Amino acid sequence: MSTADIKIRVDKVSKVFGNRVDDAMRALSDGADKAEVLKKTGCVVGLRDIDFSINQGETFVIMGLSGSGKSTLIRHFNRLIEPTAGQIVVDGRDIMRMNSRELLEFRRTGVSMVFQRFGLLPHQNVLDNTICGLLLQGIDRRVAVDRGMEQLELVGLKGFEEKYPRQLSGGMQQRVGLARALSTRADILLMDEAFSALDPLIKSDMQEQLLDIQARLKKTIIFITHDLDEALHLGDRIAILKDGELRQVGTGEEILFKPADDYVERFVRKVDLSRALFVHEAVKNVPVLSSAEATAERMAGLLDRNAYVVVASGPSATVVTKDGPREGSPAARIEASAPIGQCFPLLAGSETLVVETGGIPVGVLTREMAFRALARLAPAAA
Amino acid sequence: MSDNFPQLLDTRSLQFAIDDGFNWIVTNYGDTLEQIFMPLLRFLGGLEAFLQWLPWYVTILVIAALTHAAARRIRATIGAVAMMLVIGLLGLWNDAMSTVALMLAATLVSIVLGIPLGIVLARSNPVRTVALPMLDIMQTMPIFVYLIPFVMLFGPGKIPAILATVFFAIPPVIRLTDLGIRQVDAEVVEAIEAFGATSGQKLFKVQIPLAMPTIMAGINQTTMMALSMVVIASMIGAGGLGYQVLQGIQRLEVSRGLMSGIAIVFLAVVFDRIAQAFGRRAQKHLMAEE
Repeated sequence: MSTADIKIRVDKVSKVFGNRVDDAMRALSDGADKAEVLKKTGCVVGLRDIDFSINQGETFVIMGLSGSGKSTLIRHFNRLIEPTAGQIVVDGRDIMRMNSRELLEFRRTGVSMVFQRFGLLPHQNVLDNTICGLLLQGIDRRVAVDRGMEQLELVGLKGFEEKYPRQLSGGMQQRVGLARALSTRADILLMDEAFSALDPLIKSDMQEQLLDIQARLKKTIIFITHDLDEALHLGDRIAILKDGELRQVGTGEEILFKPADDYVERFVRKVDLSRALFVHEAVKNVPVLSSAEATAERMAGLLDRNAYVVVASGPSATVVTKDGPREGSPAARIEASAPIGQCFPLLAGSETLVVETGGIPVGVLTREMAFRALARLAPAAA
Repeated sequence: MSDNFPQLLDTRSLQFAIDDGFNWIVTNYGDTLEQIFMPLLRFLGGLEAFLQWLPWYVTILVIAALTHAAARRIRATIGAVAMMLVIGLLGLWNDAMSTVALMLAATLVSIVLGIPLGIVLARSNPVRTVALPMLDIMQTMPIFVYLIPFVMLFGPGKIPAILATVFFAIPPVIRLTDLGIRQVDAEVVEAIEAFGATSGQKLFKVQIPLAMPTIMAGINQTTMMALSMVVIASMIGAGGLGYQVLQGIQRLEVSRGLMSGIAIVFLAVVFDRIAQAFGRRAQKHLMAEE
């Protein structure tokens, strides 16, 4: 990863709450743990030596249980909480060095935030809530209203502009929160357990909506959650936080299949594997021929070395084995990036699926392969 | 007279020190202070003269309009009008108007000073730690004790009356402004901060509007306390209904005391209704349920 892609760099950030912060920091650097620091100095260690980078356009999930420091950490990115030590560099600029005017400007245009309990202004209607960030930027009200209406339409709240937050359901209120955050057009979106207060169906709707919006807008999103399924579903990379310390940073696969320590392993045990495991992790890459290339001689040669060969002809593809073409051809197709759970309805109808990337066949997935992939993880899940 | 408790401290010299010190202030700064508060006196005099000049039916109409605008209930409006009519019929209209003038002036001064003080308390924990016990003392100290220094400074009259009233009536508006601002949902405040609000924008766009119902409750209490002070203030020349009560005591006329007592109660009810109804309206937007 080149440094040009890095949007945010968190460098040795620590946060200590209490009166004897200096003593606590000294104790920490001498290697004392959280409990010892509390006993010796009465200070609570919120975060300790946090180090990671977030790339441009990435959805970075910070996950941990309550008390792990995740909400404290996310508030460092717009300095709602100041770190005791360390740097946070955004676009090459240390935000700790910003004076109060620069900080206001940064909060107005550089970063926006969505809150767990929405944080809407109860005395203002939906439209005014949506444009409050724009008005703080000093944008003319008429322009702000136009942009606000655009955002409300994007989140599906057209026609609700005049309502007050208390008249809306939780999901709708959070859509207002999202519209408010998007309307400032900030590059960075902080989401503090944004969907945790919503009921499960609404929550998954909102997740899809966020993925949809993210596919179009390519923001840098920092998403806090305590829900591993949500983390795996939304996150390009995931950081696991415990007691203010970073335990592991990695992709969903890395967290699941190469847990850095016992804690992470225990954490990932209960995950829904059919959603966490993706087709490309189970797939077998096989030779793919166009129908013109598929001479009998060549096929025989390839089938000596491979169990399967895919013959693609235009939009349809056939899986061929030694025993001839598989039944049900042309085969059903699935995208390599889909969670494996999506395969099961298709696999119920046919033994073999053709796996494609961006519409081009790359391999096959059989029932057996799908189950084997899940079984490989089973020890972790047992 | 000897006390049961041993005399460890020479209270006489302490008393002399306090009294002499205060006398020194009176001699040296009395006139200056009187000059400073002249505009207040003129304002009060003007308000009183205006209310007494205004034809009674106009005053009643204004009160009816205010009650109706706030409460939106015809019964409340009729009640207010009836009570004001009774005050007039009892022959206490002019006294009532000078009481109202004193009450309004004291309430206004209390609001103008009290809300900013409440904001300061809400923003600074050290200030609050110091101020809350002082507010407790101000509310607990027998009211008559305030009268002594104010009378010494200004002589009997309307200025000491209004200042003593303000002193007595200001704590609720300070307290409840502080409380109201502190009770505003922290996440809402955090949200507006996250979008780059300055502390002034935070205060005027979020904290004060959301604290408004509580602040209104404070203003209501302050109004009521100012009204309750008028009887006592009449002892130092405030006039009005309180003076009638005072005369009732001096002349042992039960009727005079009772009638002006009823008039004070009616004024209290009318103004309480108005203030409360405005408070409820301020709250309407903010309630959790539809």
